[in-house]
Amino acid sequence: MKARVFITLKPGVLDPQGKAIHHALEGLGFSGVNDVRAGKLIELDLAEGTSEAEIEDMCRKLLANTVIENFRIERLEHA
Amino acid sequence: MKSAVIVFPGSNCDRDIAVALELVTGRKPAMVWHRDSALPDGTDFIALPGGFSYGDYLRSGAMAARSPIMGAVKDAAARGVPVIGICNGFQVLTETGLLPGALMRNAGLSFVCRPVRLKVENSQSLFTAAYDAGETVTFPVAHHDGNYQADAATLDRIEGEGRVAFRYLEEVNGSARSIAGILNDTGNVLGLMPHPERVVEPAHGATDGRRLFEGLLETVA
Repeated sequence: MKARVFITLKPGVLDPQGKAIHHALEGLGFSGVNDVRAGKLIELDLAEGTSEAEIEDMCRKLLANTVIENFRIERLEHA
Repeated sequence: MKSAVIVFPGSNCDRDIAVALELVTGRKPAMVWHRDSALPDGTDFIALPGGFSYGDYLRSGAMAARSPIMGAVKDAAARGVPVIGICNGFQVLTETGLLPGALMRNAGLSFVCRPVRLKVENSQSLFTAAYDAGETVTFPVAHHDGNYQADAATLDRIEGEGRVAFRYLEEVNGSARSIAGILNDTGNVLGLMPHPERVVEPAHGATDGRRLFEGLLETVA
């Protein structure tokens, strides 16, 4: 089975990279962008039957720094 | 003083800190590989050096913080052994949870590499006893992820407990409240982005960092 982990900065945490991307978009003439937040996508190829709790444990122990980041797990059962 | 320098793949200030420690203490530190699971017997000071451990993969310091030797470092820190983390070492300390907060990409997005002026905020710690409170010192910085951030309650707590050891006197990286270095709640763990080990002898052009190690020697030995 596969799972995707989306890691995003918590609301309120300053995102200098998102700001730079925002500026660059404006520089290219895209005027309708209100804000940009950059994050990470991690794809996991897992043994069948890996539990949600185990994936959450991976997120808390390594994949995300929960001081500044949130994570969301998306399981792709038959991918 | 029997010091140990932890070496991760991608550390590049391990030699600098080893030279500084030998210069001040007269004794070569043990260089301890990240895969080891124990520190040499009698280790009474631990340094986590600067560099780019594991290529800064995932987050700066994240992989190093989970390496085998860090269990022994955490145990030693809990026993009161002084631990210093400089630059990447500071990032490793926040990633292990030995220090609060996180070090994010510099607000200006650029790698910053220059001497910066710092204020010694707390001159009572193991690491800063040889400085005067409020004294200005100049240490070099060289980092891309030195932007110290924590939530407001954490910042208020560490400020209130006198745990801000060094504060920038100029804009460097966007750090909350200009924090350059902090102590843990028991005062035996210091993390800082600037490099005191790069200013310990006249050939370096300045010696402001030397007293940090001299002060430690006095309190530890």
